[in-house]
Amino acid sequence: MGAMTLLGWAFDGLVGTGLVWLAWRALSSPSLYAAVVLFVAFGLLLTLAWVRLNAPDVALAEAAIGAGLTGALLLGALARLRGSGARKASGAHADRPGARISAWPLAATATLAVVCGLAATLIFREPTTVGLGAEVTRNLPVSGVSNPVTAVLLNFRGYDTLLETGVLLLALIGARSFGPAIDYAPEPAPAGPVLEALARFLVPLAILVSGYLLWVGAYAPGGAFQAGAVLAALGVVLVLSGQGRGRMTAPGLAVRFLFVLGPAAFVIMAAATLALQGRLLEYPPAHAGVLILVLEAAATLSIGAILLALFAGSSFGKDNGTGP
Amino acid sequence: MTAGIVYALVGAVLFGLGLYALIVRPHLLRKIIALNVMGSGTFLMLVGTGRSGVGLPPDAVPQAMVITGIVVAVSATALALTLMLRLADETGRAELPGD
Amino acid sequence: MTPIDLLSLPLIALGAFFFFAGTVGLLRFPDVYTRLHALTKADNLGLGLIVMGLAVHAESWFVAGELFLIWTLVLVSGASVAHLVAHSALEKGIRPWER
Repeated sequence: MGAMTLLGWAFDGLVGTGLVWLAWRALSSPSLYAAVVLFVAFGLLLTLAWVRLNAPDVALAEAAIGAGLTGALLLGALARLRGSGARKASGAHADRPGARISAWPLAATATLAVVCGLAATLIFREPTTVGLGAEVTRNLPVSGVSNPVTAVLLNFRGYDTLLETGVLLLALIGARSFGPAIDYAPEPAPAGPVLEALARFLVPLAILVSGYLLWVGAYAPGGAFQAGAVLAALGVVLVLSGQGRGRMTAPGLAVRFLFVLGPAAFVIMAAATLALQGRLLEYPPAHAGVLILVLEAAATLSIGAILLALFAGSSFGKDNGTGP
Repeated sequence: MTAGIVYALVGAVLFGLGLYALIVRPHLLRKIIALNVMGSGTFLMLVGTGRSGVGLPPDAVPQAMVITGIVVAVSATALALTLMLRLADETGRAELPGD
Repeated sequence: MTPIDLLSLPLIALGAFFFFAGTVGLLRFPDVYTRLHALTKADNLGLGLIVMGLAVHAESWFVAGELFLIWTLVLVSGASVAHLVAHSALEKGIRPWER
């Protein structure tokens, strides 16, 4: 048992060192492309850290959204940046004529102070602080699900999730409000048979995996966000392979309905529980499981559609040679 | 010292790295990456200080908060990238004027 | 060490060795095509061995089937991505390394 713990410590130390090293390399590399790729690798190593911390739901979300979708967004933005002819990235400490006092000594000192303060807080924490874990475990049987994270997300803190779906929708509206919409997907060059075949191979599989994650979230790691992210990833692959581009350009009524479905379902449920029981988002324990599943299904579709739309906007109006 | 505290300290260091890069690097894409690194550091601190670790029952509330945080972070990243691209289209550089 | 462990540990160790070999290839081979070759061949084989080692521990055939499905997915996506990278490298004019 002692050897196992030592191995565990060594592994955690490796992962932690790797995280810090990858983040440092990502933030200090002169090439933007290398920075983005290193950031994606950082996200994948972070997934491993979540698994070590006994947080498989977070690991799934980090892999799909944090590393995967964020990486796709960053790479797409980088490609658009190159395409629009923006100047190459300046060096790390660019010195332009008329620059103010160099910022980096002050920034380094301030940052070091912040890190030391945080570390001190973490190390000298009161050992008697107790989280809400006991409360969650006590109330889990009446929550309708047996996965505590899903119970917290959809039942105990359902209000936060309601606001979160609203935030997603707001981000989409904000991103689409900037005149001729930004499209991160590359020009519809002939995708080649391999990518098309891969996309077609992945479609039924991804839908199956997404439905499985949604269903299994009630009693095992999974849930609406992970399932929605898988759907969004499928959409990204389809868009990149040249198929299904038309859906997200000038989205029709059906797609807009999908965008709003998640937030609307939450709001309707909140209003209903408020009207019928006098308390916000408090489900009757007998039906809690079904209600949670319905909410999660609506949220999955909505999250998938919004995340995809954040990546593959419309391409009308831009003069970079694209166009459906 | 449990395993969680190690990751929480790593999170603090990551937060510092991101903060430094956010202040010092002029290019907006780097700033956005730095913001994401700061977010990841914060998430590690949240989950690491919960009673998490191999063999201990996981504390569900910080994990749920972190999942929410990851989704919000990607939304903010998408919005920030849109802003950066608009700025690049208008001024030709993906850097804040006067930076 | 149970007999199951005696079967799965060598498989996993062999898989790790293949991953190591693939990484050495990634770092040491001269151009992108040979590196892709090292990555896809060695890493896929390594993953297959690790999956076999884990499948021995699986609680049911279903779980073992899931593990093999993951391996198949990695194979398919790895091969497709390798093709795409090599194709784009060829279009950029990167010539294969000659002795």
